[in-house]
Amino acid sequence: MDEFTRRAALKSGAGVLGAAAFTRALAPLTEWVPTLSKDEFLQKHYRELSREDMDKILRHIESKTKKLYGADVHVQDVRPQRDMEFGYALNLSICIGCRRCAQACHKENNHDRPTGNSYIRVLEMTQGSMSLAKSDVDYDHDVPAEGHFYMPVQCQQCGNPPCVKVCPVEATFKDGDGIIVVDYDWCIGCRYCEAACPYHARRFNWSAPQIPAEDINPNQAYLSNRIRPQGVMEKCTFCLHRTRKGRLPACLEACPTGARVFGNLKDEHSDIRWVLENKRVFVLKEDVGTLPSFFYFFDK
Amino acid sequence: MITVPLLGLLLNLACDTGYTDASRQFAEPLASRGDFPTEIHEPTDFGILKTPIVDDEGKEKLPAGAACETCHGPEPDPDLYTPPPADENYHTQVEIKHGKLTCYQCHDRDRTKLHLADGTQIEFVDVIALCAQCHGPQYRNYIHDAHGGLNGYWDTSQGAKIRNNCVDCHVPHAPAFKKATPVFRPRDRYLKGRD
Repeated sequence: MDEFTRRAALKSGAGVLGAAAFTRALAPLTEWVPTLSKDEFLQKHYRELSREDMDKILRHIESKTKKLYGADVHVQDVRPQRDMEFGYALNLSICIGCRRCAQACHKENNHDRPTGNSYIRVLEMTQGSMSLAKSDVDYDHDVPAEGHFYMPVQCQQCGNPPCVKVCPVEATFKDGDGIIVVDYDWCIGCRYCEAACPYHARRFNWSAPQIPAEDINPNQAYLSNRIRPQGVMEKCTFCLHRTRKGRLPACLEACPTGARVFGNLKDEHSDIRWVLENKRVFVLKEDVGTLPSFFYFFDK
Repeated sequence: MITVPLLGLLLNLACDTGYTDASRQFAEPLASRGDFPTEIHEPTDFGILKTPIVDDEGKEKLPAGAACETCHGPEPDPDLYTPPPADENYHTQVEIKHGKLTCYQCHDRDRTKLHLADGTQIEFVDVIALCAQCHGPQYRNYIHDAHGGLNGYWDTSQGAKIRNNCVDCHVPHAPAFKKATPVFRPRDRYLKGRD
C-alpha cells in the first residue's frame, strides 16, 4: 500500500472543499424551484419569442397572478403601430403640482402599495431657476405655492437612450414607436440602467410588489404594467397598453389642469405637433444629448 | 475546439437586434372604429346659484341651488346694469372675484340666457364662447388640447376625446384656480428620516 503522502492529503482535502463549494454554489437552485419554473428559467429574450411561445407565457403570467395575488387579469403582448412615434409635452405654466399624475401612475401600473412607487416625480422648483439640485419632491403644503413652479419628471423616452446602451443583456430596448421597454423576465437586476439614466426615471423592485387583489388593474401588457417580479427594473412606458390602442396615458387623464399633451409626433395634425410648432419648448438636460421625446414648455 | 461555437454564440448575441418572428415587430394596423368628434362635458347645473343653507347652530348644510328666475321671475329686470347693493345678502353669498366684471356683462336680460360682448344672446351651455372673448390664449390652447382636463382617446379613429367645459374647473364668478392639497406624497427610500 502506498504511503499516505502530504500530496494525497492536500488532494483529498481540496476535493472535499471543492465538492462542498460546488454544493454551496448550486444551493440557489434549490431555492428557485418553487417560484421559478423550468419554462420560465429557459424562457427566451422577448424578441426571440414566437407567437405561440408568447401566448403560452401570457397565459402563464395570468395564472401566476391568480395564484399569487388572487386577481383575474388579462395580459396582452401589445405591439407598436407602424409610422408612430409617441411624444409628450408638459405645460409648466399650468401644472399646479398636485401629484395626481403620480397617483394615477401608481394605480394604473400596478405599483407596490407599501412603497408608494410611481414612475413620476413632481419637482417643486423655484421660479426663475432651473436648478434640479435645489428642487424638492417631498413638499407637503397647498399648491401652487408662491414663488414656485412644478415640474413632473418621468421617463423621457430618449432618442439616444443611455439606459439601453448600458444594459449588459439587452433586456431594455427601444421599441418601434420610440418607447423604451423592459423585458422583465430577461432583466438581471444589475441596475446599470438606473445609474445611467440622467432623469432618475427607472425604478427597481426591491421586493415583489404587494397589491390587494381588488386594486390590481386587470388591463395589462407584457412590456408595461403586468406585476413585475422581485429584483428587476421597471420604468414608464407612456402606458403602452393604453396608448398603442389609441387611448390617452393615465397620468394625462388624471391631470386636472390639462398641463399634459400627448400624441403621435409623426402626424403633422396632432396636438403634440401643434405644441412643438407654436410653443417655446425645451427638453430636460439637453446638454447630455439624450434626445428626449418628452418636452416642457411655458405659456408666457 | 470549444471556442468556435462559443465565439459564434457570443457574436450571435452581440449582433442580434431583430425579431426571430419578424411579424411580431409591429402590430397589425388598428381598424378604424369611426371618426369620433370631441365631446365637451356639459355641466347639469347651469344657471343655478349655489347658496349655502345654514342650520340653527350656524353649521352649513348641503348647498341648495336656485335658478335666477326663482326669485326674479321670468320678466326681464328693468334695471340690469346696477350691481346688487352691498348690503343685499343673497348674492353676497356668492364670491364674485372676476376682474372688474359686473353681473350683466355676461348675464342677459333674459335670465335663462347669457350674452356675448356684442349683445348676441347665447345659451348657458355655450358658455365657452363667452369665456373665449377675453381669454383668447387659453381658448387657443384649449382647442389644441393644451389646456383643461382631457380624457378618452388621442386617436380619434378609436374613440372620442372627452373635454372638460371651462366652468367645470373655473367657477365663473371667481375663476382663479383654487389652491389644492397635493396627494400621494412620495415614499422613496432615500426620503426616509424626513421631518
